[in-house]
Amino acid sequence: MQLLNGLDKGGAYALIALGLTLVFGTLGVVNFAHGALFLLGAFCAVTFQKILTISKKILDPSITYFDAYIEQPYLEIWFGETGLAIIDYAVPLSIIVTIPTMLLIGLAMERGLIRHFYKRTHAEQILVTFGLAIVLQEVIRHFFGANPIPTPAPDIVSGSAAVGTWIGLGENFVYPWWRLIYLAVSTAIISSVFAFLHLTTFGMVVRAGMYDRQMVAFLGINVQRKFTIIFGLAAVVAGVAGAMYAPILPPDYHMGMDFLVISFVIVVVGGMGSLRGAVAAGFLLGILQSLASMTAVSSLLPGIDQIIIYLVAVIILLTRPRGLMGRKGVMED
Amino acid sequence: MMKQLMNLLKKQSDLTTILMFAAGVLTMPIWLDPIGANYPDLLQKFVIFGIFAVGYNILFGLTGYLSFGHAVFLGVGSYAAVWSFKLLTMNVLPAILFATLISGLIAAAIGFVSMRRSGIYFSILTLAFAQMFYNLAYSVLIPITNGETGLQLRMHDPRIIDNYFSDPLPGLPSTDFFGMSMNGYSGFYFCAVVLILAFYIAMKIFRSPFGMKLKAIKSNQHRMRYTGSDTRPYLITAFIISGMFAGLAGALLAVTDPLAGAERMQWTASGEVILMTILGGVGTLYGPLLGVGIIKYLENIFSTINESVLQQFFSFLPQWGENIMVSVVSPFVGEGWHLTLGVLFMIIIIFLPGGLMEGFSRIQKRYRKAKIKDNQSDSTKE
Amino acid sequence: MTDTVLRISNVNKAFGGLQALSDINLNIEKGKVHAIIGPNGAGKSTLLNVCVGLLTPDSGTVTFNGGTNVIGKSPHEINQMGLARVFQTPEIFPDLSLLDNVMIPAFAKRDGAFHFKLFQSLSGETKITQEATEILASVGMDDKLNVIAGSLSRGDKRRLELAMCLIQRPHLLLLDEPTAGMARHDTNKTIELLKKIKEDGMTKIIIEHDMHVVFSVADTISVLAQGAIIASGTPDEIRGNPVVQEAYLGGAEL
Repeated sequence: MQLLNGLDKGGAYALIALGLTLVFGTLGVVNFAHGALFLLGAFCAVTFQKILTISKKILDPSITYFDAYIEQPYLEIWFGETGLAIIDYAVPLSIIVTIPTMLLIGLAMERGLIRHFYKRTHAEQILVTFGLAIVLQEVIRHFFGANPIPTPAPDIVSGSAAVGTWIGLGENFVYPWWRLIYLAVSTAIISSVFAFLHLTTFGMVVRAGMYDRQMVAFLGINVQRKFTIIFGLAAVVAGVAGAMYAPILPPDYHMGMDFLVISFVIVVVGGMGSLRGAVAAGFLLGILQSLASMTAVSSLLPGIDQIIIYLVAVIILLTRPRGLMGRKGVMED
Repeated sequence: MMKQLMNLLKKQSDLTTILMFAAGVLTMPIWLDPIGANYPDLLQKFVIFGIFAVGYNILFGLTGYLSFGHAVFLGVGSYAAVWSFKLLTMNVLPAILFATLISGLIAAAIGFVSMRRSGIYFSILTLAFAQMFYNLAYSVLIPITNGETGLQLRMHDPRIIDNYFSDPLPGLPSTDFFGMSMNGYSGFYFCAVVLILAFYIAMKIFRSPFGMKLKAIKSNQHRMRYTGSDTRPYLITAFIISGMFAGLAGALLAVTDPLAGAERMQWTASGEVILMTILGGVGTLYGPLLGVGIIKYLENIFSTINESVLQQFFSFLPQWGENIMVSVVSPFVGEGWHLTLGVLFMIIIIFLPGGLMEGFSRIQKRYRKAKIKDNQSDSTKE
Repeated sequence: MTDTVLRISNVNKAFGGLQALSDINLNIEKGKVHAIIGPNGAGKSTLLNVCVGLLTPDSGTVTFNGGTNVIGKSPHEINQMGLARVFQTPEIFPDLSLLDNVMIPAFAKRDGAFHFKLFQSLSGETKITQEATEILASVGMDDKLNVIAGSLSRGDKRRLELAMCLIQRPHLLLLDEPTAGMARHDTNKTIELLKKIKEDGMTKIIIEHDMHVVFSVADTISVLAQGAIIASGTPDEIRGNPVVQEAYLGGAEL
């Protein structure tokens, strides 16, 4: 049970960490604004849902003795039942909008800012993207306020799946549908990113670039444009991860920062520049976190659920300097 | 002869620097009056965060190690000071000593572990420790931190030393320094004296072989090792000193307002001190203080502006112009002050990574060059 | 044998399947300039890295000043024992002034590996400042005391690095290709410098490509080929050694 709970969180961690690793494996940039991309993705879903539910005030026909207004979404007025169904599926549908939006944002970010920081020190990269993260976060707060915005999943999957009966663990063993879907989607995205990297020539160049950046540049391959695309791709992955996560955790403006710290820890634990390490560490830490919050564990070691991730990170950083699967020489000075 | 003169000048400059600095800090209420920053609350913030930034600069400015966990020491300092008020006495002296000591110990522990790595790994390690402390303050450590409410003074706190000498007075007591109340201007002057001392220590470190060695570690740690210096103890010492400065600042926050909350320890609070240091100029003696002044001043001004103030400000424009300006500017003020901060920060890093101090020296150089050219053209005329 | 500064005994080192050093035995005598030459990939740099503790050999010992084993020691300990090194690519403090660059090694020599004295005043360090200025003068750079080292030319950086080592008056100075990548003019300048500092009796190991440099400054030459020492002797002996000519110089007349 806790294993499953950890998996969907792990999925989100893995997706963010994947993008983060891609970016500094190839571009050599430490992007502290990556959490903000996750945040923007989540708010793509929120915005999409808000647009769909733009409503018109109409007289409530069921109350006759005074003028009572209710709000009815235009979509319902125009399309009736179909309209309502579309609203219900706002989150999954928002992916359609999220992907191009995030791609655009990613490309703009690389062209406008990140590109000029390839040659700067890591400290400066961290600081400028940290500044950008603050800016993006505050922009979101300005438009959406400081409170979390509930963004429900479609009704049909709002219940729980009887996972227990499927695998013969009894009926009490249930799991929310949406989390199951999240897990499936994140697995799908991760596999497609890996497939992309391993099966296409573009992917081959990228992998070569992660291995030895200067070498690829020597080959005369136009790395500049490839970098831009990679950054866009990472932004899309983070954005979709965020959009799909909205029903699990109502998005608020500082979720980007919250996830950023954890995902950085994950990247380091997995090993800088190792995609597989990032994914593995993402799931591993997600599961560990859920396990640590079990009552049995937390009564034994109070507070362990709050710090388990960081504790693991510190231990791994000190005992395995390159993380679980990192190679030598990445981001070491 | 020439050399002796030079040495004399150098020696004197230590003394003159600190005297000028002291004069500048103590007269703040006078020269900050015209820009509307002369009230105790803000003045206290200037000097307290000044101590924080001066200490942070000893680590980041001299060694180049970017810590994302220094807010922890600020928080620890505050908690330790409030506990001293609760258990021992309302006198601020033991509180400050206690807080500095505790944060020094914690800094030693964190520094000892984190300094095993460098570069981004070091940053992540300090970040991880900061998050641990922050999360624990809201869970297991609630008996010490009082969770989200924050640690406060209560009527029935033991205050052993105070109660030994006199009967408890009715009402909540306030902090004092041997009878001098720590509210208002007297609180500011107390903090200002502490800042001057702290600045003096920082200046001595900057101008010592020790500080030079730290700069050398930042410049080329590899060479430093092959030159016979064990860099690790130097780095850990720098980390502890800066942690103690942060703890001292945290204690002073509690001195001027005896309340401690965990939000002081959030990693974004560490981000703020980084920001101040960089804005002013990393590794320069005065830069961090300049950064603190600007950020705290802008925070104070910007966060109080609301829409009606803006409307008044732009009222000279026609109605439509006023509306446009108000809607453009309003995201940046009031609640949106952090947006301004983020933008400011990005601009500085992109265009002026050395901070404002670098900007000044650039201008100075240009001015000097122009002057030399002038002189040359003058001399050719002759 | 009391005048042996560095004794390398039976040192072996392999990288994967490649035997980089096989059974190296070498005695560096006090006051001598000992050059190690050999073609690319002969193992010269590996040998030097073993001597300064950067690499741990698979077997064998390196003892310094007749007793202490160097292997397993950290770089600063080895330096504190009195062994300084000039790197192949100049390693200096690029953000600091030339004077600071030279003062720091002097402090390390005087203060030891770690010295906790926060409030010592730099301006009171007249003796070391004086010393640093003199050393910089001896390498011909006393006109640039306050120049930032990162802005120097490559040749100047190398001379600065040499000054940084000389101020420590080490028992043994290791020079890794001191003229690599230098223009002829700079090389000659460096040879002059090396000859000049030869007179002070400091023991040195020089790894060098440039035969002109080697034969102008070395007292003893060891030839390394494929990880083994194939000949050792005075410059004249080496010049006349047919094995060396065959293996290393391809039969060319020196």
